[in-house]
Amino acid sequence: MNCDGVIRELSNFLDGELDPAVQRELERHLGDCGECALIVDQTKKTVQIFCDSEPVELPAEVRSRLREALRRKMGPSSA
Amino acid sequence: MSATTPKRMTSAIVREDEPALIAAAKAGDARAFEEIVSRYEGKIFRLAQNITRNTEDAEDAMQEAFLKSYAHLQEFQGDSRFYTWLVRIAVNEALMRLRKRRPNQVSLDEPVETEDDLMPREVQDWGPSPDKQYAQTELRNILSEAAEKLDPLLAVVFFLRDLEELSTEETAEALGISISAVKSRLLRARLKLRERLDRHFGQGAPN
Repeated sequence: MNCDGVIRELSNFLDGELDPAVQRELERHLGDCGECALIVDQTKKTVQIFCDSEPVELPAEVRSRLREALRRKMGPSSA
Repeated sequence: MSATTPKRMTSAIVREDEPALIAAAKAGDARAFEEIVSRYEGKIFRLAQNITRNTEDAEDAMQEAFLKSYAHLQEFQGDSRFYTWLVRIAVNEALMRLRKRRPNQVSLDEPVETEDDLMPREVQDWGPSPDKQYAQTELRNILSEAAEKLDPLLAVVFFLRDLEELSTEETAEALGISISAVKSRLLRARLKLRERLDRHFGQGAPN
């Protein structure tokens, strides 16, 4: 597998969706190619950093306007 | 290097009581529907923000998505997750608003897959924990800026697959696009975000 192949399969590799033989081939390439190893590692870190970031809270006034709109829609019997 | 899935361990999108809540809401229980709303309002708002890049439009899209999901609740058959069904409504609402502001903006099924070279051009050493070198607010700004520059069609796939942890199939279903389009857009989104972060994290330290 060459560098282009690693990039094409990068997502499948990170998601553990590669055929075992292809995965071994890719891992062999990563052992020999420092640049591809960095790209794979940094892409994994990128996803992790986004996942770890605290989601911005729904602003209270946005929530309250949503509830008001729902109440109007659902009628007076709703909470 | 091993292939470990870069996912959080905290995903709990569907709680066990959800089918019962939806059944109650379908039978007219407004409180049950409000409980469903409270579970998903934050996610749907962030999803809409990811697409519209505008707080006012995101609020409108979220509100309309919940109102429409309530109005059409009887049509939800339960053969997919409620969240997937809701996402599809919300994505359409958000895209409608995006197109109003940016008439040249594309539709969801427009191919963004191009033959251009995916190979990253810049690769710098980030050091072991690049994100830890920034204060929380500063890091949040870096991430927001990187995400905002992403094509909304790529951003929505990244959001659903990596942040909301929908499966490839669920993402395809929610967006009404093919599985291969989901995979291709996810790869592009991840690579582009890596490249944007590289400008900050490269050479190991904030400047």
